[in-house]
Amino acid sequence: MVQKTLEDKSGEINKMDKAKQTSLILSFETSCDETSVAVIKDGTEILTNIVATQIKSHQRFGGVVPEVASRHHIEQITICINKALESAHVTYADLTGVAITYGPGLVGSLLVGITAAKVVAWAHHLPLIPVNHIVGHIYATNFEHPIEFPALALVVSGGHTELVWMPQEGEFKIIGETRDDAAGETYDKIGRVMGINYPAGPTVDKLAHEGQDTFDFPRAMMKDDNFDFSFSGLKSAFINTVHHADQVGETLDHANLATSFQNAVTEVLVAKTMRALDKYPAKEFILAGGVAANRGLREKLDQELSKRDIEFVKAPLKLCGDNAAMIGAAAEMLQRHGAKADMSLNADPGLEFEWEANEAQ
Amino acid sequence: MKVLVIDTSNRPLSIAVLDGEKVLATTTMTTQRKHAAYAMQIVENLVKLAKLQPEDLDRIVVADGPGSYTGLRVAVTIGKVLADTLQIELVSVSSLLTLALNVQKEGQLVMPLFDARNDILFTGLYRTSANGPIEVIPDQHVAFDDFVAQVKQYDEPIVFLGEDVDKYADRLQTIFGNHFKKMVGIDNLPQAAQLGIYGEKQLPLTDIDSIVPKYLRLTQAEADWQKLHPGEGHESYVEQV
Ligand SMILES: [Zn+2]
Repeated sequence: MVQKTLEDKSGEINKMDKAKQTSLILSFETSCDETSVAVIKDGTEILTNIVATQIKSHQRFGGVVPEVASRHHIEQITICINKALESAHVTYADLTGVAITYGPGLVGSLLVGITAAKVVAWAHHLPLIPVNHIVGHIYATNFEHPIEFPALALVVSGGHTELVWMPQEGEFKIIGETRDDAAGETYDKIGRVMGINYPAGPTVDKLAHEGQDTFDFPRAMMKDDNFDFSFSGLKSAFINTVHHADQVGETLDHANLATSFQNAVTEVLVAKTMRALDKYPAKEFILAGGVAANRGLREKLDQELSKRDIEFVKAPLKLCGDNAAMIGAAAEMLQRHGAKADMSLNADPGLEFEWEANEAQ
Repeated sequence: MKVLVIDTSNRPLSIAVLDGEKVLATTTMTTQRKHAAYAMQIVENLVKLAKLQPEDLDRIVVADGPGSYTGLRVAVTIGKVLADTLQIELVSVSSLLTLALNVQKEGQLVMPLFDARNDILFTGLYRTSANGPIEVIPDQHVAFDDFVAQVKQYDEPIVFLGEDVDKYADRLQTIFGNHFKKMVGIDNLPQAAQLGIYGEKQLPLTDIDSIVPKYLRLTQAEADWQKLHPGEGHESYVEQV
């Protein structure tokens, strides 16, 4: 962070006052397999949210192939920009900023969006706002209502599983995360064994509502005194069960498999979340990320959280997956807190929040 | 005509701002691989040093491949987004042809090359002319031996160009004898200024959305998939939702 003189600050405040009148941000998200461009007003209103998904392409390979993803991003980028501006009925002259996800994510994919955002910001003399993808997921709830602090968020997706503590606006601390696979990734991997196409989450979730928990898969790290997760043991147990049945010529009930698997995932997620809420007294609990669309997880959390005096905010179903609208919402907040990048902005594929423990010690 | 020119297709990064044939500012760098972090910084600086604003530009010229996939995407993304956002002209030029521009002598056969590892090259064959290099054998991703066998049929001196020529120099010398010619130092690096002067004379592209780098090679995943699915076309796999 650059130290600013008093004089500079007054200028900054003037600028901020101006920005407060109306913020109109063109936001980009290309961290994985969605090319998305949105126009967001005042951080809370979606004028447009264009999402071009590559799911069909990566289905050929059973998962996202990074180089293929990067190639699709560059095919889509100007098409998405123009569609976004057109459908939002805004021109470059109306914009007050350009926002971009700079991590975490796939480096090649991130770089297409970062480069495009830099070009637009430079060409039109607009500020460039770097956004952490996870902050984006959390701020998908900003379209429902402004976040109340202190807040705790569970961000679950194909790439992430983490508990984020937000003591106040603009402050993010990790208190727990997966030590191996992300929850969504586990869905895809067991889905493959069941013959379910990538992304497997929605199908497994649906099946899980039709079966019984008969397999008693392991609930990893359930009793550990931390807020971390682990799903690779569950994945192995699942795959071994199916392979063993194949070898002895036994057919397993897919609905029961799905229910047993989903229970193992959601029980750990919910139990750790509840324990985190015991230690971190949040006014609001946020569920975000692609797996936040999972009905089983939503139901279990509803059940447990209804016993507590806390507001439960779920990311809108349409904004659970990766999209630029959430990046625009996060950018408006981050910009008020001074976030700013220049033309040297690079991708940070492993971008992480600080750990809460580091602060406490 | 005010022109911004970018080549980030391999390790060397070269960027220039021209006014017609006059070079206003240029940078060539060989020390960094993080082109995505440096390219727009250098563009911003050079345009400022040229005493121009982004909106003063009339055209952008980029080297569009072959080369490092990530590198190519830097120049091509800048090119297509800038052309689109400022509504200016875009020209894309082979990064191998860009190297061939360094040979001044007319009528000379030139084989620019980039090493693609495992004895495979990105290369093509050009003949220099007053209007710039003319393609003799198209750019391709090809085994060293296969391409060299084709080029050997031309019984005349050939200039081999590029930073990777040294890796193959002994073998090329043996095969081509005294027809083997190479350049030294700076002539093996792409020069954005040369590329710009050449690019000013080319027709601009009409469909900017469809511009992608010339990778000249499918990804491994796609190649494997195609083997298993012969005859299935390359329809669009990306959908708006
Ligand atoms: Zn995500």
